[in-house]
Amino acid sequence: MDTKGKTIPVLTVISVVVVIWYACVVWMNAPFEYDKAERAGTEIGFSQLVSNTMNQERPVLPAAHQIADEMYKTIVLKKITSKRSLVYHGWITLSATLLGFAIGTVLGILLAVGIVHNQAMDKSVMPWVIASQTIPILAIAPMIIVVLNAIGLSGLLPKALISTYLSFFPVVVGMVKGLRSPDRAQLDLMHTYSASTAQTFWKLRWPSSMPYLFTSLKIAIAISLVGAIVGELPTGAVAGLGARLLAGSYYGQTIQIWSALFTAAILAAALVMIVGFAHSYVLKRMGQKPEGATT
Amino acid sequence: MIWLVVMAVLFWLGTWAVNEWLSRRKFASHMLQRTVNLLIPLLFGVAILVLWEGFTRGLEVPRVLLPPPSMIWERIGNSLPILWADFQQTFLKAVLAGYVLGCGSGFLVALLCDRSSFLKRGLLPLGNFVSALPIIGVAPIMVMWFGFDWQSKAAVVVIMTFFPMLVNTVQGLSAADHMQRDLMRTYASSWWQTLIKLRLPAASPFIFNALKINSTLALIGAIVAEFFGTPIVGMGFRISTEVGRMNVDMVWAEIAVAALAGSTFYGLVALVERTVTFWHPSLRSRRT
Repeated sequence: MDTKGKTIPVLTVISVVVVIWYACVVWMNAPFEYDKAERAGTEIGFSQLVSNTMNQERPVLPAAHQIADEMYKTIVLKKITSKRSLVYHGWITLSATLLGFAIGTVLGILLAVGIVHNQAMDKSVMPWVIASQTIPILAIAPMIIVVLNAIGLSGLLPKALISTYLSFFPVVVGMVKGLRSPDRAQLDLMHTYSASTAQTFWKLRWPSSMPYLFTSLKIAIAISLVGAIVGELPTGAVAGLGARLLAGSYYGQTIQIWSALFTAAILAAALVMIVGFAHSYVLKRMGQKPEGATT
Repeated sequence: MIWLVVMAVLFWLGTWAVNEWLSRRKFASHMLQRTVNLLIPLLFGVAILVLWEGFTRGLEVPRVLLPPPSMIWERIGNSLPILWADFQQTFLKAVLAGYVLGCGSGFLVALLCDRSSFLKRGLLPLGNFVSALPIIGVAPIMVMWFGFDWQSKAAVVVIMTFFPMLVNTVQGLSAADHMQRDLMRTYASSWWQTLIKLRLPAASPFIFNALKINSTLALIGAIVAEFFGTPIVGMGFRISTEVGRMNVDMVWAEIAVAALAGSTFYGLVALVERTVTFWHPSLRSRRT
């Protein structure tokens, strides 16, 4: 695929999306305005209708500028410690995400090392690792939270555990592939050096698994954010981006839902980008040409 | 009661030893080897269940925390009608409708993208980007727009499954290499003929990959969307209310059903994949 000239098509598509969005805003919010005008006994002109639909208190579909405005208000203007600041909620979600991601990565790498070096583990654990992902784990999220709450564990760790469960899978699969990526000739060479298993691991298997590791990490961090957000749903909407979503849906605050959603999206994009930078940095230090380093 | 724990641990160690022995042995007969390859993960699974049962019964873990598997099994047997109603609501209505619509529209848009390189260059980076976003967050909005019933869940599933399908299909459509496409051109075949006879078959491993990813995504989307509001039936609804009433065995029963449904769905897609893409190197070796 040619990479040249991506900006213009992407911008075109984005602007088309924005135009459609604003058209939808008018179309979806119009019934409410007509209703209001009818009750007041007045007719409503088209230009009045358009401007009204863009500035409703609780629109069916908020316009982009309303969301941007709300985000500016809750991110920049509110104090960070305030309960209404999105930075505060975002930080809570982010810390659970990062903790879960870290545990998941370590666990995933350890499992992969075990699977690569032990045949019995390969044959017995690997099918279950794959099967574990066909289980909708997010469904278990509320129970993990409530149960861990019952034994006195609350706050960060239960949410992080859900992120862990989601993020370990791509790491295991990627790392098993990566640790097995050195070919026969390279392994034989290590053998002729009479290298021990540990030496082969550190000098050959580990370095050659790096590209696979980072590709999996990108998936893992995105998915652990999802885990943290869903983990916040059943805690009774206390804090975090997921709680903002739930509270917004209870009280019909659509603008709040959308701004939480966009914050989550920006967070996800930033996290994936950071992993992407780490990817290209590490590969550059190792003297390899990074492929697909951009997100 | 500590002997139960000891027994469970001994059983686990025993199966581990058997697995170790089985995986080191080479079996002459092909059939036998396949059975053994199936037996090893099965033994491991049984060992985990026994370990679970032994620990929860032996250490007298409170039922509220973690019920033993036998109790969950009993609960499944006792509440089949409820489980079936939930399954119908969540899986047969929301998941299947959303899955078909999402995958179908993703596929069609990918075909459109393929006709116009401008659209492709514009949509593909965005599709990749959106795939990484926590799309599940649109659930409350969809519930607001489409009401509490299964339509809103199906809408969440459509959005979740659309982008993986789009990205994978576009990637797959460029999988046929230049030589093959040139050959089709020398046959003077039209765009449709090339698509159906060459490029779709070449793209099918990618398409099935997306179908497999989507099969689990769809179930997750439908269940999580039910946390945001639903009529009084459905798997997600049951899980969130029974957790509140501390009926943890019912929750586990629901999870078991979800796991079974998810694995079966995945398995079915994988089975179809095997028959359709029998020519692919990753499957070819198993046939000999």
